[in-house]
Amino acid sequence: MTAVPAAATPEVAVAPGAAEGAGPRRTQPARRRWTRAIVVTTLVALTVVFIYPLIWLLSASFKPRAEVFDNRLIPATPTLENYVTVWQEAPLALWLVNTLVVTALAAGTVTLSSALVAWGFAYFRFRGRGALFGLVLATMMLPGAVTLIPTFLIWNALGLVGTNVPLWAGNMFGSAFYIFLLRQFFLGLPREPFEAAKLDGANNWVMFWRIAVPLCRPAIVLTFLFEAQASWTDLMRPLVYLQDSSTYTIPRGLKALIDQFGPGGESQWEVVVTASVITTVPMIVLFFLGQRHFVQGISTTGSKG
Amino acid sequence: MTSAAAAPAAAPAPPSRRRRASPSARRERNAGLRFISPWIVGFLVFTAWPILYSAYLSLTDYDVLTDPTFVGTENYERMATDPKVRLALWNTLQYTIIQVPLYVVVALALALLLNQAGRSAGFFRTAFFIPKMTPPVAVGVLLLLLFNGQYGLVNEVLGVFGIDGPSWTTDAAWIKPGLALISLWSVGSSVIILLAALRDVPAELYDAARVDGAGWWRRTRTVTLPMISGALFFVTVVNTIAAFQMFTEAYSAYFGAGNSTYSNDAALFYVIYLFREGFEQLHMGYASALAWLLFVVIMLVTAVQLVVSRRLVYYEGEQR
Repeated sequence: MTAVPAAATPEVAVAPGAAEGAGPRRTQPARRRWTRAIVVTTLVALTVVFIYPLIWLLSASFKPRAEVFDNRLIPATPTLENYVTVWQEAPLALWLVNTLVVTALAAGTVTLSSALVAWGFAYFRFRGRGALFGLVLATMMLPGAVTLIPTFLIWNALGLVGTNVPLWAGNMFGSAFYIFLLRQFFLGLPREPFEAAKLDGANNWVMFWRIAVPLCRPAIVLTFLFEAQASWTDLMRPLVYLQDSSTYTIPRGLKALIDQFGPGGESQWEVVVTASVITTVPMIVLFFLGQRHFVQGISTTGSKG
Repeated sequence: MTSAAAAPAAAPAPPSRRRRASPSARRERNAGLRFISPWIVGFLVFTAWPILYSAYLSLTDYDVLTDPTFVGTENYERMATDPKVRLALWNTLQYTIIQVPLYVVVALALALLLNQAGRSAGFFRTAFFIPKMTPPVAVGVLLLLLFNGQYGLVNEVLGVFGIDGPSWTTDAAWIKPGLALISLWSVGSSVIILLAALRDVPAELYDAARVDGAGWWRRTRTVTLPMISGALFFVTVVNTIAAFQMFTEAYSAYFGAGNSTYSNDAALFYVIYLFREGFEQLHMGYASALAWLLFVVIMLVTAVQLVVSRRLVYYEGEQR
């Protein structure tokens, strides 16, 4: 991974006109070219800093216990034993399935409900709409800690603590951030297709489902990806709601393994390291599946916020 | 409503009001409300009611098993004298003061670099973002391993430069700097936000500044920073709120069952204390009071940042 940018550096740095391409400056002074070379070299070095911890982690997961801390890039005595041990010590397959179920439900429900609500705010004009939307935005300011305990008590009263329901069911009612995000996209749609559909007798549901949603597919995918990441990586709620280890999500399970094998436990770091890799890899895969969406999504939501 | 509209006596009512009450407007409103209804239900059940109930609980003694007993302001009085509250607040404040400026400056520096990188920017932007995908629990693990005082990679690299690195994960003085440093690893999303803002800066402004003979630093200070001040403010506020609620990385590294080998006091952040009081000690009333204090503190800090931003942030044309 790191070898690629290093090899590409000279080309990128020398590439003429790569800079402000279309600008009127056709001849690049040598100084600018040098600046570019320094910038790219710095960026390559920083890339190593950013990516290396992940490579370190991956590498350590193939090392026997005594070598975990040797900081070598390539394991001296590569072994798959850690993966076997982790698989035996912990119900990893079960945790992975649990997490997959929770993630799919959490991301699916929040995407659908937030899209519905966002469409309600974007398309229909009625009195009080602005105030209601202001309320949506205001809820984003509320620290999660304030509602944490009463929300727990709600699920407790319903007898659902210990199940995965509290980890996703709240998402059926939309989430302020995604409502905001999707509304931005819906507001960008032209009104004509909807007026035309209305004349053809389409009802509100058809207009939403058949026209608005397909036109805003990137934003819908983005919402799903964002929530999938948030749900997969969450530790606080699994800590609060899950009691039996057979119901754990993978971050909760990793925390249990840290407690058992980490600093306060048996100091079998190779187990913790390997479980960390197994927890992280699906997110890296998710990123590469939706790379374009992640970067574009953060750019738009950030700059519009 | 309809009868009022029909009665000529209601003449002073502005015509727009009659139009709003028309059947088609009502249909539109009802359709809109139908789409919004999931959020309204969710808001009532999972936001409004919890806020009210939390305020009530903060005035009670409640352990989930028996009914809450009303104790008035006792929880708040206890908070005022609880040394752990003071410790947790102080830890959180220290962490925020270290982490937020560091994080924003690094995010800005990386975004400025990327903005100079031409076509290769996309590749590096991806490289900087990938660590953000790492679950915070695993970040906690990486913290313990890479920042290990004896064997850790960080100290090994520092050793190459002749620096004797500290015991990041065990020395109370270095726990917060260590957490702040590893938080920089997840800086990628803020870099993307700032880079997007940098790319929106009109090129004419730079050309004008160049014509006036402004060098790189001067252009950055007088053109770039004012033009992206909105995005900088956004990143600062969001990150401050997140820093005040620091939980997962610190909790997974320094707390939990059987983890007693570390001096946890230095990593006892406010939300960790709140969590332990609420869900480990089952002091639900006290934890609710703690939550309200956090809410007030965050609101105050955000308000101060807003007031300061009025003087520093430049919005082109429209507000927001």
